[in-house]
Amino acid sequence: MNTFKLATAAMAAIILSPLPTSAFEPTNVQCVAPADPGGGLDFACRTIGRILSELDLVKGTVQTLNMPGGTGAVAFGYLKSKKAGDPNTMVTGSTIHVTQIAQGKYPGKYDDVRWTAMIGADVGAISVSKNSTLQTLADLAKVIKETPGSLAVAGGSAIGGWDHIRFLMFARAAGLSAEEMKKIKWVQFDAGGPAVTQMMGGHIDVLLVDLSELVGFIQSGDVRILSVLSENPLPDPWDKLPTARQQGFEAVGYNWRGFYLGNEVSDDDYKAWVDIFDKVYKSPNWQKAAKDYGLMPLWKGGAEFEASIKAAVEETRDLSKAIGVIQ
Amino acid sequence: MDTLSALALGFEVALRPENLLIALIGSFLGTVIGALPGIGPVNGIAIMIPVCFALGLDPVSSLIMLCSIYYGCMYGGRIASITLGIPGDEAAVMATLDGFPMAQKGKATVALIISGVGSFFGGTVATIGLTLFAPALASLAIYFGPSEYVALFIMAFLTVGGVATKHPTKTLLAVTFGLALSTIGADSQSGIPRYTFDILKLYDGINYIVVIVGAYAIGEYLSFLEEKDPGAVVRPKMEPLKSSYRNAWNDLQRCWGAILRSSGIGFIIGILPGAGPTLASYLGYVTEKKISDKDGTFGTGDPRGVAAPETADNAAAGGAMVPMLTLGIPGSGGTAIMLAMLMSLNITPGPLLFERQPEIVWGLIAALYISNVMLVVMNIPLVGFFVKMLQVPPSLLMPVVMVFAIVGVYSINNVEIDIFLMIAFGVVGHILRKAKVPIIPIILGLLLGDELENALRRAIAASGGDWTVLFDKPIAVGIYAFTLVAILASIWLQRRGKRMEGAT
Repeated sequence: MNTFKLATAAMAAIILSPLPTSAFEPTNVQCVAPADPGGGLDFACRTIGRILSELDLVKGTVQTLNMPGGTGAVAFGYLKSKKAGDPNTMVTGSTIHVTQIAQGKYPGKYDDVRWTAMIGADVGAISVSKNSTLQTLADLAKVIKETPGSLAVAGGSAIGGWDHIRFLMFARAAGLSAEEMKKIKWVQFDAGGPAVTQMMGGHIDVLLVDLSELVGFIQSGDVRILSVLSENPLPDPWDKLPTARQQGFEAVGYNWRGFYLGNEVSDDDYKAWVDIFDKVYKSPNWQKAAKDYGLMPLWKGGAEFEASIKAAVEETRDLSKAIGVIQ
Repeated sequence: MDTLSALALGFEVALRPENLLIALIGSFLGTVIGALPGIGPVNGIAIMIPVCFALGLDPVSSLIMLCSIYYGCMYGGRIASITLGIPGDEAAVMATLDGFPMAQKGKATVALIISGVGSFFGGTVATIGLTLFAPALASLAIYFGPSEYVALFIMAFLTVGGVATKHPTKTLLAVTFGLALSTIGADSQSGIPRYTFDILKLYDGINYIVVIVGAYAIGEYLSFLEEKDPGAVVRPKMEPLKSSYRNAWNDLQRCWGAILRSSGIGFIIGILPGAGPTLASYLGYVTEKKISDKDGTFGTGDPRGVAAPETADNAAAGGAMVPMLTLGIPGSGGTAIMLAMLMSLNITPGPLLFERQPEIVWGLIAALYISNVMLVVMNIPLVGFFVKMLQVPPSLLMPVVMVFAIVGVYSINNVEIDIFLMIAFGVVGHILRKAKVPIIPIILGLLLGDELENALRRAIAASGGDWTVLFDKPIAVGIYAFTLVAILASIWLQRRGKRMEGAT
């Protein structure tokens, strides 16, 4: 049904397209969320779909298609092989997917799709239990530099996944060599909540997850944030949390939410989408939705976004090679 | 705020007309969703999330809707288990063991009444437990580290032999097969794909719903096709309610012990993160079998074998709300989806939720009391209505089940490979059944294999490769000791009771 509708819509678009004056207007958009219903990526698709309709930026409907699998690889493969030229199909992406692409776990490279815009981000935070002897990031740096294998560090990603990579960014800033980084014990959890409980129970020592996963535990005083991995101090109410930079460690690790299109989408359509996302980003609708969900509105679009993806892929590759996750 | 006045505030929220209506709709839909084979609470809640958003429900109402669906699924799951022998969802698998034989003996209604009473009891005990002990009990979770979880899962696998007594070798083989299936997919610790043969869609592993629906719905369909006279295949049947009440009341007298024990077991298992209603119904059944199966009647239609798992899974559904609300840790698949819903409603579960948004927590808890009452009414006096849905001739029902199975399985991930896998598991399940290899241990292996592996590797990673960490925790050692005692006891019981063989 859907494919049929899309096909007719696409055909109609082709037939109508000779009029050069009319700018591209997305019609019956399909947003692919590479995750189950209910997660953050699903939220991004559904919220953007709602806002696109509210702001009257698309014709027809915006449908969310849940396509979990291979940490986004299935959706990536679908776009690349089946919808590369369809300007009405987009996929939600996040930092986690770029990490996977950098490590060669996707059926393609980062430039096989067109990175269109990021509109919000979560930020990584290094935390310890309230009972921990570690008080500052410098304390932690000292311990892992002297005895890299003495602490059990945990996060919501696999070895070589984004949480691990972000921790290694800090470790490298603390002066650890590749050999020393390999000695850091990494314990994987599926999400932040269970990991925090394990830290409260003393089963792990240090945790790196997104700040939004820790909010309840910060308010209750169960965890202490040693640093957040943002470029600048966060807005209120998190403005008191020290960044790694403020403490002299160059480590920045966002977990952004954004969108990409197929590689064969024309430059004009791509630019039109960048403009549309710019409007969405600036709308009060998105600013409120993002805040409600614990995301910070954060904008990068078009060429700037593509360049940042390229840089992220290279840095992830470097660190992954250093710890031996990839050759 | 003390508990009673907090609860009063909760009832004030839950008794608003719109919330009562929502609880009623949710309970009804939950029972239907639970009754339909293969569509469990996870799918049911997932389907209803967009509906809640579409209706513009406020956070409390949305949560009441989802929780009453969740509770409803736990009730509804037993209906197909008992009348058809096909579990409505994974937590209802254990109810088939004695529920279906009871139905074959012409006691389907009795089994439905008993399990309904058990469900109500388990659900109410758990909700009372949630009310009284939520903050205190949640602190138990922090004592369960990776080593303790390893012990818990090993106990689950080693005691699985008790479920299928006749062929311990086949049972162990089945567990191993399930564990092997669970290794398919990207390794969660390193992200390296295992046994995926470069098929992207296998990266997330084999979905256990696919296996369950395949082995049960498709397997059942194949058995149906093999029958010479399809019309004669066991059809869901129910005896008149009035005449069954007396029988049910008599049978219930033997079940109170099972119901009481299973309420406790279910609630405690529910609180443990990662161990949801499925494990609870399993442990409830096994424990009861160990304690009261003196004549070897379990598996042949013993009412206690119906009451125990159904009480335990409803109690676990309530217990799973404790860590979800107080620590933000889901204790089951259903609560995991609800947690996502909470986050998207800007409610941050955590230790402070009870203090900061009491109207939400307590409104929800009060709604659970109310929907539990609604559900017991729907599921005992009105159960005939839900059974009628299953009471169509198999020649009509089976193709419909097939369609539901295929559509349901496809709708989980929207990938075709799940349908092919489901059919493949249907064929495999059919062959295994003929070879008298039990299916449930395969599913348990698949369900819990990932969890066992994750816990084991977390324990080893955190200790830097030191295996002794598995045995130097008192709780873990206690669980191992209990497992050993349980196994020895079952060997002893088997030697003593040779007559069990005669009973088959």
